[in-house]
Amino acid sequence: MNDGIVVNVCMGTGGIAAGGDMVMQEFIKEFETAGVKNATVKEKCRLHKVGCRGFCARDVLVDITVDGQVSTYQYIQPEMVKRLVQEHVLGAKPITEWLVGDDYHVFHDNQTKRVLADLGKIDPESIEEYLGVDGYKAAEKTLTTMKPEEVIQVVKDSGLRGRGGGGFPTGVKWSFCAANKADQRYIICNADEGDPGAFMDRSVVEGNPHAVIEGMIIGAYAIGASVGYVYIRAEYPLAVDRLRLALKHAEERGFLGKKLFGTDFSLKIKVKLGAGAFVCGEETALIASIEGERGMPRAKPPFPANKGLWGKPTIINNVETFANIPQIMNKGAAWYASIGSEKSKGTKVIALTGKIKNTGLIEIPMGMPLKDIIFKVGGGIEGNKLFKAVQTGGPSGGCIPQQFIDLPVDYEGLASVGSMMGSGGMVVLDETDCMVNISKFFLQFTQSESCGKCVPCRIGTKRLLEILTRITEGEGKEGDIELLQQLAEDVRDSSLCGLGMSAPNPVISTIKYFRHEYEAHIKHKKCPAKVCNKLLTFFIREDMCVGCGMCAKACSVNAISGEKKQPHKINNSMCIQCGSCFDACKFSAVLKE
Amino acid sequence: MIPDQLKTALAEHIAASITPREAAVTVMKELQAHYGWLTDEAVAEAAQLLGISPLQVEELATFYEMIYRRPVGKRVVHVCDSISCWAMGGESLLGQLAARLGIPVGGTDPEGMFTLLPCCCLGNCGDAPTMMVGDNLYGRLTLETALGVLEQERESAKM
Ligand SMILES: Cc1cc2nc3c(=O)[nH]c(=O)nc-3n(C[C@H](O)[C@H](O)[C@H](O)COP(=O)(O)O)c2cc1C
Repeated sequence: MNDGIVVNVCMGTGGIAAGGDMVMQEFIKEFETAGVKNATVKEKCRLHKVGCRGFCARDVLVDITVDGQVSTYQYIQPEMVKRLVQEHVLGAKPITEWLVGDDYHVFHDNQTKRVLADLGKIDPESIEEYLGVDGYKAAEKTLTTMKPEEVIQVVKDSGLRGRGGGGFPTGVKWSFCAANKADQRYIICNADEGDPGAFMDRSVVEGNPHAVIEGMIIGAYAIGASVGYVYIRAEYPLAVDRLRLALKHAEERGFLGKKLFGTDFSLKIKVKLGAGAFVCGEETALIASIEGERGMPRAKPPFPANKGLWGKPTIINNVETFANIPQIMNKGAAWYASIGSEKSKGTKVIALTGKIKNTGLIEIPMGMPLKDIIFKVGGGIEGNKLFKAVQTGGPSGGCIPQQFIDLPVDYEGLASVGSMMGSGGMVVLDETDCMVNISKFFLQFTQSESCGKCVPCRIGTKRLLEILTRITEGEGKEGDIELLQQLAEDVRDSSLCGLGMSAPNPVISTIKYFRHEYEAHIKHKKCPAKVCNKLLTFFIREDMCVGCGMCAKACSVNAISGEKKQPHKINNSMCIQCGSCFDACKFSAVLKE
Repeated sequence: MIPDQLKTALAEHIAASITPREAAVTVMKELQAHYGWLTDEAVAEAAQLLGISPLQVEELATFYEMIYRRPVGKRVVHVCDSISCWAMGGESLLGQLAARLGIPVGGTDPEGMFTLLPCCCLGNCGDAPTMMVGDNLYGRLTLETALGVLEQERESAKM
């Protein structure tokens, strides 16, 4: 498409939340108006909604391509569209002050996009556009020219490992499943993405659903499954809609259903919605949930590959795992394995969030040093604060401190410092984050998400949380650190499923690398990062206070007094350190020490 | 009582499932959509449709956070309390919204308009802090914009 004008509007969840829908409507309106005056515009212009291209912090992102020349705009709001159409689309003059800066290019240039390659380029609601980028070619080739064993061999050779957290070699898992004698097998795509801080699976399903479906077709053929499920979170309505639409389109084209591509192979894929339970992301719990039981995990073995859904051999893979498959089949195992590290091949999609300049979705070759991710792709720490740690792997992972900044990010690298890849969430923490509090945060999560089936997880996480809460509230005792460590190991070693086995990781890793922060809380009753309110004293700076009274209104114990328009005061003997006044003050006049 | 049309549709859905139980969550959700929450009557109806006991329905209903066994407001407000939102002030947003609505987290306002719930996670981590009202997601919130959203939702619920 070298002639004409193409306008791409980012319409992922992030894009829409930032106003992408309204921006799109404005473009349609402006084009209508312009089209009346200038017929050629209407003929040559294509307005295009695309999935997330990762740089969510700059939404709404809009690409305007005129005669092959792409310009990308950031922070576009509906009221800016008129000028864009007038000056750039009609006048062929880009509006330089709204264009993305160098950092946008640095963000993209340091990535290697495979799974995300077509996100932000194709319209996820159009199967034609997916076909336009060689979509369903891999499925056709696989089904019509390859034997199932050959497919499995290619996937084995590629070195692809499961992207859902465990990192188990995908081809090997498929071969286990295929080896079972069975009248029925199932294939399941795990789109439950429950890890807090992770949104890669959502973006992939929203931005390129057909790639996931195609991966499932190839997987189903390889293991001989005739029924597939996509288990997806109900919290992701847009992803659910796009997935359903894509499945419908694929059925209409005969890519799903009976006798695919003229072979005897048939596949039906159904969508199952979750109902808000994190543990359902665990494969045996997920299977129980599809079967209509309480979504609780069971002991393994038997593994689902041997005994899964309704007792039949079942393959469960993650969204990103499946999205890699079509490319592996198209370009070959050697191509796939050409990047990455020794034991982790290919790329990994990472959700980069927290105190970092460029938050968003990125894709990097496995083994990229942590510092390149944070300081090159991520652009460094927000507000020029000091980098403290990066939390990876969500509630099952750990915190990696400054000293490991050169660490290669792959399965082994992260595990070697007591963290893990998990689903690929990375939360960057700076000097204003309290590590004890972070660890408490994750325990709160795992404790409330523990399904309660096994005792170590149900009671262990609760006790861990109680101790951490005590420490952050200034009630820490000598010996608490050792108690935490002991309990953490017990929970890790004796829980039934991955949730309990990994729940103590945040505690273990923060004690290992930030023991001094625990000690400051326990021995000196101080929170060095000034986060734990109960260990702080609140006061009001007279020179900053305008006397608006918001703090006094917010205070639930009437500890704040003062005349209107006069500086207010906090009575520290009454203050319960809830922090409401701090949050309520718009003038940064409330301080905590 | 649910309308016959819904009953037939659900019966068909159950018949098309591999086992009746497979349809359980969908049936509960549909009944919930009809009644606003999963009433005792709905539990009995679900049990009958699925051919399981009301207790078995109850057991499932109480496992899932998105099945409500208590009345909820016209709009359920989910404020994300996951790590990225929390690091960007999500906790204080939730607290302040609760204060403004005059209800505890988990409560419903006297008008029956809003139920305020924490949620982990909405997957909008790049645009933290985030909340979801019904199926609408809102990102990069401040207390002011969040309150604006609630006003908007209040208006739309009246229509
Ligand atoms: C508590 C818990 C939650 C999990 N959540 C997810 C999830 O949300 N998505 C996912 O793909 N895998 C999740 N997993 C991993 C799955 O059990 C399973 O290993 C994975 O779906 C296999 O796919 P893969 O081989 O492609 O990684 C979770 C595991 C545990 C223990």
